[in-house]
Amino acid sequence: MPSKFVQLRRQITDRFFTGLAAGLSVVVIGALVAILAYLVLRGAGSLNWAFFTEIQKPVGESGGGMANGIVGSIMILAIASCIGVPLGIGAGVYLAEFGRGRLGKLVRFTADVLNGVPSIVIGMVAWGLVVVQQKHFSAFAGGVALAIMMIPTVTRATEEMLLLVPQSVREAAFGLGIPQWRTTVSITLPSARAGILTGVMLAFARVAGETAPLLFTAFGNQFWNLSPSQPIAAMPLQIYTYALSPYDEWHRQAWAGALVLVLLIVGTTTLVRFVFLRRMMGGAR
Amino acid sequence: MPKPSRGRVADSSQPESMGTPDSPRISLVTTARKAPAWYRTVFTLDNGFRGLMLLAALCVLGIVGLIVSELMQRSSLAWHAFGLKFFVGSQWDPVSGDFGAVPFLYGTLVSSLIALVIAVPLAVAVAVFVTEMCPKPLRKPIAYSTELLAAIPSVIYGLWAMFVLVPLSRAYVEPWCMKYLGWSGLFEGPPFGIGMLTAGIVLAIMIIPIISSITREVLAVVPQHQREAALALGATRWEMIRVAVLSNARAGIVGAIILGLGRALGETIAVTMVIGNTPQIAKSLLAPGYTMASVIANEFAEAPDDLYRSALMEVGLALFLVTILVNILAGLMVWTVTRGNPARAHAQ
Repeated sequence: MPSKFVQLRRQITDRFFTGLAAGLSVVVIGALVAILAYLVLRGAGSLNWAFFTEIQKPVGESGGGMANGIVGSIMILAIASCIGVPLGIGAGVYLAEFGRGRLGKLVRFTADVLNGVPSIVIGMVAWGLVVVQQKHFSAFAGGVALAIMMIPTVTRATEEMLLLVPQSVREAAFGLGIPQWRTTVSITLPSARAGILTGVMLAFARVAGETAPLLFTAFGNQFWNLSPSQPIAAMPLQIYTYALSPYDEWHRQAWAGALVLVLLIVGTTTLVRFVFLRRMMGGAR
Repeated sequence: MPKPSRGRVADSSQPESMGTPDSPRISLVTTARKAPAWYRTVFTLDNGFRGLMLLAALCVLGIVGLIVSELMQRSSLAWHAFGLKFFVGSQWDPVSGDFGAVPFLYGTLVSSLIALVIAVPLAVAVAVFVTEMCPKPLRKPIAYSTELLAAIPSVIYGLWAMFVLVPLSRAYVEPWCMKYLGWSGLFEGPPFGIGMLTAGIVLAIMIIPIISSITREVLAVVPQHQREAALALGATRWEMIRVAVLSNARAGIVGAIILGLGRALGETIAVTMVIGNTPQIAKSLLAPGYTMASVIANEFAEAPDDLYRSALMEVGLALFLVTILVNILAGLMVWTVTRGNPARAHAQ
């Protein structure tokens, strides 16, 4: 018969590890809360109307904002989405509807590899592919870099969501004599729409805050630029340069920019999670 | 309902021909030769659609091919100039054109290892707590908040680290390490706040979500009857977790950790902002360092000559190859555990 002592020791060990796991979880959540709280504190104090309407003021003058960076980010992200989303969805459709063979496996594997490529390396490649050919930095090059980063996420999300659509739905369509392409375009894709949209928005949120791939593609710009073939400002780049600068005024702007960026990204992620994902899961069941 | 074909419908109000009255009358019965049969079976809409989707899929292959060929082609100059010496030389002297990548390899490796040492216990603890211990209503919020950590962009971690973590590190963490761990010789020199240790801490915060979300996935596929069997034998909850859950999921957890390593190796901006950017190999973890990704981020745009740029490209190529290998290895390890239940794409 096990002694009382052994029993007690097992109980204590159990309690100890439960407490340890709970404690460490609290530490992680605490880190998140600390980061977000500090960000809101510093950012909210620095946000003002000028932040959204003005561009960078010369050093020493107070005021100014990131209007050009906001517009630049929107432009780069629009270019990236125009390239990345159709390609990603197309590749996802291929994987889900036709990709059972060896080629499908290869593409799936390659998409996973692409997902793991460091963003700075993608920046270098976009530099080689676009900037070198154009002979100058440009918004388009930045868009290409971010598009490359969006593709694997969109591809895998599209594939997964299409595979969630029951096979019987496709068979019903074929039974009615609907050709395969029409089945995919008008029946399967629309059924998986919410899920695919989720994937697209997550990919969007992921690249929206990327700085490294823009360093030598979009490059940044102190002034207004609306041409896709010229260097352009972007919020993450501006936050980066402002943070490294020695000026308090610029630090303040960096915090304001960081808050806006996080609100945008966390907002998107949360929206996706609580609205689309729920609707999709409701539909799938 | 299909529209009635124009020819058979008697419509008195409209002339039978299409277009203006002057235009030549088009016969509704086609007299042109039909396209050959092979043409009609090959060029169907179905095949066209399939081809279009295939093209998109091939683009994914093409992009990775382009990445490899670009990196190799643009680093060939440095490869020819230095050969393997590039990876054993510790001089990084752009002025005299002497490039050796060892300080960056060292910095990347050490900062990532520090990150793993800090992140692994935290991430695994969160995963175990969420899947096995915590009350049901708390599960989703905790899982969600760890995933929220993954959504915060790198540059914001960097900003936070520069203004919050570095001062804290300088005032408390580093003096503490010097006092209690100084015997190891790893914590010497003035506590700047900026350096390998701080970079490692930031990296740790950044890779916790990926490790913990994949560990959660892996723990979730451990069969329920394993847990029940352990409990039925009289195990306490912790014994059950140790015997039935963790040992079953071991390979997957290691895979999750390696995936975290892959993420840490390639992380750029946040590290660049706090590591100090000094190409040196210092034994002390408090000393500033430099990583492969940071040297590219800092120097690539301003590299004045081809050899310099090519050397940076070679650093990029090395970084690419290492992260790819690490990721593939990790993927295989996770797959050995979750196979059969296709793991959801690494939730971001």
